[in-house]
Amino acid sequence: MRREKDRHAARTAWFVVAGLVAFMLVLAGCGGGSSTSGGSTGSGGGGGEELQKLGKGEGELNLISWAGYVEPEWVKPFEGESGCKVNDKVAGTSDEMVKLMETGQYDGVSASGNATARLWAAHEVAPVNVSLVPNYKTVFADLKGQPYNTFEGKPYGIPHGRGANLLMWNKNDVTPPPSSWEITLNPKVAAKYSGHITQYDDPMSIAEGALYLMNHEKSLGIENPYELNEEQFDAAVELMKEQKPNVGEYWSSAEQQIEGFANGSNQVGTTWQYQYFALKGENEPVEASPASQGFLPKEGATGWSDTWMISAHAKHPNCMYMWMNYIISPKANAEVAEFFGEAPAQEKACEHTKNPNFCSEYHAEEPAFWKRVWYWQTPLSECSEGGETDCMNYNDWVRAWTEIKG
Amino acid sequence: MRLSKRAKIILRACVGLALTFIYIPLLVILVEAFNSSRILKWPPPSFTFHWFGQAVESESAREALVTSIEAGAVAMLIAVVLGTLISLAVGRRHFFGRDTISFLVVLPIALPGIVTGVAFSNTFTQVLGISLSLMTVIIGHATFCIVVVYNNVVARLRRSSGSFEEASADLGADPWQTFRWVTFPSLRSALGAGALLAFALSFDEIIVTNFTIGAGEETLPIWIYHNLFRPKELPIVPAVAVILILLSIIPVYLAHRLSSDDGGLTPGRGAAARASAPAAIAEAEATAAH
Amino acid sequence: MATDAVVVKRSAGRRLAGLFHGRRRLQIGSLLAAPMAWLVILYLGSLVVLLITAFWTVNPLSGTVIKEFSLENFEELVNVPVYREIVWRTVRTAILVTFTDAIIAFPIAFYMAKIAGRKTKALLVVAVLMPLWASYLVKIIAWRAILAEHGVLNWALSPLGLHGPGEGVTSVWLVMSYLWLPYMVLPIFAGLERIPDSLISASEDLGAHPLTTFRRVVLPLSFPAVVAGSIFTFSLTLGDYLAPKLVSNEQFIGTSIFDSITNNQPFAAAFALVPIVVVIAYLGVARKLGAFEHV
Repeated sequence: MRREKDRHAARTAWFVVAGLVAFMLVLAGCGGGSSTSGGSTGSGGGGGEELQKLGKGEGELNLISWAGYVEPEWVKPFEGESGCKVNDKVAGTSDEMVKLMETGQYDGVSASGNATARLWAAHEVAPVNVSLVPNYKTVFADLKGQPYNTFEGKPYGIPHGRGANLLMWNKNDVTPPPSSWEITLNPKVAAKYSGHITQYDDPMSIAEGALYLMNHEKSLGIENPYELNEEQFDAAVELMKEQKPNVGEYWSSAEQQIEGFANGSNQVGTTWQYQYFALKGENEPVEASPASQGFLPKEGATGWSDTWMISAHAKHPNCMYMWMNYIISPKANAEVAEFFGEAPAQEKACEHTKNPNFCSEYHAEEPAFWKRVWYWQTPLSECSEGGETDCMNYNDWVRAWTEIKG
Repeated sequence: MRLSKRAKIILRACVGLALTFIYIPLLVILVEAFNSSRILKWPPPSFTFHWFGQAVESESAREALVTSIEAGAVAMLIAVVLGTLISLAVGRRHFFGRDTISFLVVLPIALPGIVTGVAFSNTFTQVLGISLSLMTVIIGHATFCIVVVYNNVVARLRRSSGSFEEASADLGADPWQTFRWVTFPSLRSALGAGALLAFALSFDEIIVTNFTIGAGEETLPIWIYHNLFRPKELPIVPAVAVILILLSIIPVYLAHRLSSDDGGLTPGRGAAARASAPAAIAEAEATAAH
Repeated sequence: MATDAVVVKRSAGRRLAGLFHGRRRLQIGSLLAAPMAWLVILYLGSLVVLLITAFWTVNPLSGTVIKEFSLENFEELVNVPVYREIVWRTVRTAILVTFTDAIIAFPIAFYMAKIAGRKTKALLVVAVLMPLWASYLVKIIAWRAILAEHGVLNWALSPLGLHGPGEGVTSVWLVMSYLWLPYMVLPIFAGLERIPDSLISASEDLGAHPLTTFRRVVLPLSFPAVVAGSIFTFSLTLGDYLAPKLVSNEQFIGTSIFDSITNNQPFAAAFALVPIVVVIAYLGVARKLGAFEHV
């Protein structure tokens, strides 16, 4: 009797599921046509039209930013003068930023180079009419028209600032002060700090391995840590896999790492200026490569050059334009640069920093310095030189990163 | 049960150890809430009430609390209505497909939250083209809350016989009157416990919420999550947590009232409102297996 | 609004009319219409969408979903060893957490149900429930503070010359066991409560040693309750991603789904099918054991 009943129940269940599958397939099929966001053209990228004329603010602005980019100190004055109330969502990784932008609920994002091309290809961002952003004129020239913020000849964002990813350590635990990434990447050296090394939880970290190999394994012939052929890529991935047993924490938010250094779990690893200064502010015994070394270990470093981009679906485009102009205005750009610890994008910001030497310390005005900093970029199959197509693409990087973490 | 002295001592020691395990992290939170450093350090360098002031004044925390209460209340209402309807249908009768229904009710809470979260966010954004909002959060919450209401009500229906309803009908009451004056009063405390439990489940939920919430909206757990990742004011989180634990005395008290309202039940039964979530599965599964 | 309310009231009345008189099928149907629409269309429907999405892929550059049938995600799940590793690690942890919780929970539940007096019992129930009112995230933060290098645990252990486990699979096991403990205690408590004292007395009166009574009477009768609790500890461990993320550097099913949902939603969907299959298999085994029937 019970068997019988069970079988009945099972059969009903299968009918229900089968019916649903059919129903959902139809729905999904219909959805397929209509829900591709942004521009409908298959090739190219970008979406929407650039704004022609600046109108009145819409009263609200929804932003996605890196930690420390949207802080009350400079947001309050902006809200006062523009009437746009700022809602900010802090993202921990570029992937998260891309995902959040795809919801279409945000007006703009402070995207790094490894997100910009993807946002453009996904038709999520609109071109920027720079004539509506007066402060753009005095942005450093070597930040304009770069491959990570300009597509098909059109600017797709306003440069915000740039910096290198730092090597930070706890000076009580790590002696002598390291001057090379080998302290985290050379397994023999790193073993001393096993369990206390921290690494950013993002596929971009593979580029750190590649940068190290670029300097230490010259035979691999790596020229750009983001453009790796299979052999070079495998070598970098192997290096990161060897690093894994020594890693105590793969951090994915600034706060997580600040806490990790403060409570002693982390002793040495890659960080952002933001965490470094926050920990300094709490009188924690942390140290990073000194100004005398240009804040960089001897191999140079990976880094980022961030761009404020406007969503192709922005509900508050006027407020977003006002924000883009405001955040690179000399005073605001100086504030955010000093707060975060990055080189400002705005030339005139250098006159407004509290520390009069800030711009020279951060090499804001020295294009040559930035040659040693490899800004995050989206790895593509096409290598930039000679149009070769044998480079590993971002998908490969993502998969490898999962394998590295084990 | 008669136990030797030694057995009792061992048992007490086990209970003591388990309680220590349960309470040490809560004590750590209590201490950290008074921590003067902006980072959670141990031991705290010195103590301050600063974070409680910040917590009370924090507009975003208050807004998040209101959002959480709203979401919890609406999800609870939906769960109460749907859960009661199912239990009325399933409670006292056997019919074809009943086992399937019990299983279906249990599924949303038996499957990991991440599955429910991913499934809903997929459907809303990819298929239906609805943008995520508080409404989508409520839909998610209501779905896994149905089971707790269902379980409480169905258990009550099983314990009471249908003879009162029959008597009421025989005496000429119309069905609404019978429900209003006979069925409902007997279900009231079970409904209350189920509703409270549904609210509580929704109130602390973060996994499904994280996948279904819209831009710029925060429930309290999401607010905590964001503050974890928003530096400089971390100790405000333990302070908020301590305030929440203190506030939870209200629902605990309510649950206690509901349980004493219950008469013959064990003392813990009502206060153990949240416990009936696991019990819910067992009970519904039992139904399915019969 | 007001008229809506009246309609609802009336239709509720009419449905209830069906409860006591008239044709059964219709009664049941009308009671079940709304809830089934919700659970079947909205919930099961979403699970089906999940299943379908799992066969889609994404454009590697833009992350845009390509809605064409492909087995790519499943091939990747099966062929790349790291995913098998992750699934196995997660299932292992879930089993371990379940056993740990059962071992910690049983004595306390037994004490509450069968030894403690009325007042102590009520007090213990509240004591066990209390942590459920502290936010789940906050408890994880507390554990971070405990397990950190300069945290509470090492601070307490250092005078003894010992060192805590740090962050890793061990800490995930510890934190999960902590988080889900109440979900194990309470069903066992409820299960033990339902065992009539007379049954235990009978065993004792017939001369059974307390251990024998425990082994032959209490344990078999409360086993289904343990299984009921285990569904929670198991399933909750299987899907969690915040605890592993915050107290370890290891990947679990939850963290992998969470990570891939940001840039590859179809793959996340495919991966989410894994815990569904595991949980349903688990429920099946539990049911085969006949474990639920007596709860």
